[in-house]
Amino acid sequence: MQAKAVKIALVMSLALAKAALAQDDRTFSSGYRFVEMTGEELFANVCQGCHMPDAAGATGAGSYPSLAGNSNLEAAGYPILIVVNGRRGMPPFGDMMTDGQVAAVVNYLRTHFGNSYEDVVTARDVRDARR
Amino acid sequence: MQGEAAVIRRRDLLSLIGAMAGSAAMYHAMTSLGFASESPYKGPVSLKGDPKGASVLILGAGLAGMTAALELRNAGYKVQILEFNGRAGGRNWTLRGGDSFTELGDFKQTCEFESGLYINPGPWRIPYHHRALLDYCKRLGVALEPFVQLNYNALIHASRAFDGVPQRIRAIRADFQGQVSELLAKVTQQGKLDEAVTKEDQEILLEALRSWGALDRDYKYKANLISAQFRGYARDPGGGLNALPLPGDSLALSEILKSQVWRYLQNFANYNFQTTMFQPVGGMDMIGKAFAREVGGLIRYNSKVTRIQQDHRGVTVSYVDTAAPATVQQARADWCICTIPLSILSQLPVDVSAATKSAIDAVPYAGSVKVGLQFKRRFWEEDEAIYGGISYTDLPIRQIGYPNSGFNRSGRGVLLGAYIFAGANAYEFTAMTPAERVERTVEFGAMIHPQYKAEFENGVAVAWHRVPFVLGCSGDWSEEARATHYHNLCQIDGRIALAGEHASALPAWQEGAILSSLDAITRLHDRVMRN
Repeated sequence: MQAKAVKIALVMSLALAKAALAQDDRTFSSGYRFVEMTGEELFANVCQGCHMPDAAGATGAGSYPSLAGNSNLEAAGYPILIVVNGRRGMPPFGDMMTDGQVAAVVNYLRTHFGNSYEDVVTARDVRDARR
Repeated sequence: MQGEAAVIRRRDLLSLIGAMAGSAAMYHAMTSLGFASESPYKGPVSLKGDPKGASVLILGAGLAGMTAALELRNAGYKVQILEFNGRAGGRNWTLRGGDSFTELGDFKQTCEFESGLYINPGPWRIPYHHRALLDYCKRLGVALEPFVQLNYNALIHASRAFDGVPQRIRAIRADFQGQVSELLAKVTQQGKLDEAVTKEDQEILLEALRSWGALDRDYKYKANLISAQFRGYARDPGGGLNALPLPGDSLALSEILKSQVWRYLQNFANYNFQTTMFQPVGGMDMIGKAFAREVGGLIRYNSKVTRIQQDHRGVTVSYVDTAAPATVQQARADWCICTIPLSILSQLPVDVSAATKSAIDAVPYAGSVKVGLQFKRRFWEEDEAIYGGISYTDLPIRQIGYPNSGFNRSGRGVLLGAYIFAGANAYEFTAMTPAERVERTVEFGAMIHPQYKAEFENGVAVAWHRVPFVLGCSGDWSEEARATHYHNLCQIDGRIALAGEHASALPAWQEGAILSSLDAITRLHDRVMRN
């Protein structure tokens, strides 16, 4: 009986390819792609690794640019392209995030950290931007 | 029918070729048959001729930069190195008790390990076929010891299989191999391979499968003392009364298949991870320190490069001392070997052709995280008989690396609690504070080793995207970028040649850094001699 329950659970969990691993308040992805869905969570679990929790960037032998009050975010197409394709040392995230996730994190950036661009990016915009 | 003449053994063939055509043909034949070394390293580099006082400015005192410095100085060049850090070695790096490290974002850690315990945040193992690196270790007197890559008694853990219970690598391997062998034996006996395999070979195949899979007389894989010789016992053979061994039950093939853990088995057979692997005794940075003993006097530390210019007579590099960044200083030389990681070089104004600049801009840098944990005792040895090697898990920590030295000692021990390379988890761990990385690593690791909770003392965590001197782990070439830009990146551009793991086909390996450097200085020296 228990073995059967385990088997069913196993099949179910394998069916959920995007299963997230919840550890208290933090989300961990179980595969190559991110499972975080909101812009806020994507920023906190991905972007801030380099761009820092306050989005102010950081400098060592080279720099991570500040995203705070950043006029490069004004034209929404630009951050979409950067997130999808990467730029120089920045890795591309196009294969690790869906159109909806890219849109969510771009919208979050464009409305936080001293940025206030009110036009909303959609998943369709991201799809159109992918080559 | 196979005639006898067709069954020339390879060794016979080699003697025949050797006798008839001499040693050059013998060597060629040996190489093509896979006996001789295929390493691109052909022994110590030979830079013949007098460079007549030509000078070279080297940017970066990692293994690529120090290899260039050592060889060019020995060849008669005037050599100077600019290094961002206050130490030599670059990513060849070891953290020990008392060491401090501040990552980007001003997150500072001080390693609290007991004296003698350490972690290698960067490279930690050396394949036997990395002939250049091994040769420098020999020439520079760096003592090596085995790095245990495959420990049959280490663990494979799939959080959603086997009720979440970690399994011994030997059991997974024996059960998978045994049951696959049984299936193959079955279809062979059913005559389903008649078209593909001759009758004579089928008999041999069955014998081989019985041996390879630990099958019984009837070609069945069962819980018995035949399979137990490979998967281990429920009760090991002992002495005296109750000495006789008992076999344990095997894992179901279906569950092994669904668990995906068979992926790890193939990993051990990967050329890069085959035994014998090595590590320097006392920490990976013994290599960087050995190089620095040779060329340390040529290094200007704490020097942050801000600009690279060249004209038809030489190269001028602007830099600032990291303690006094307002004052721009300059260094000039006839030639420049630049080993600055592309993640940083791509941000600098550099006088190079458009093609070289495009190549510099074409390589993203991978993320990677390592966490070292100190425990009150070596419970993995004392409780679980795991001596060195690596356990694999699908939890975000991915790997647990046990120390490959100090075996069987009492007292404290340090293990690698997480090694996350690329993928979503590397970013998720990078985005945390160092303290949270350590905390989460302990929580996840406790699902594999429950002793973590009682025995953990302290830890350090290095997320390579936050390492100030490299901004990433290694160059992450895509196939397209390599096809378009790699050749251009490796060209000498005027008076500047790039070197480092990013300018090699061995990304993230120290061997790549050294081979790239040797290739760059060889071509540079040719050019100097022709000038």
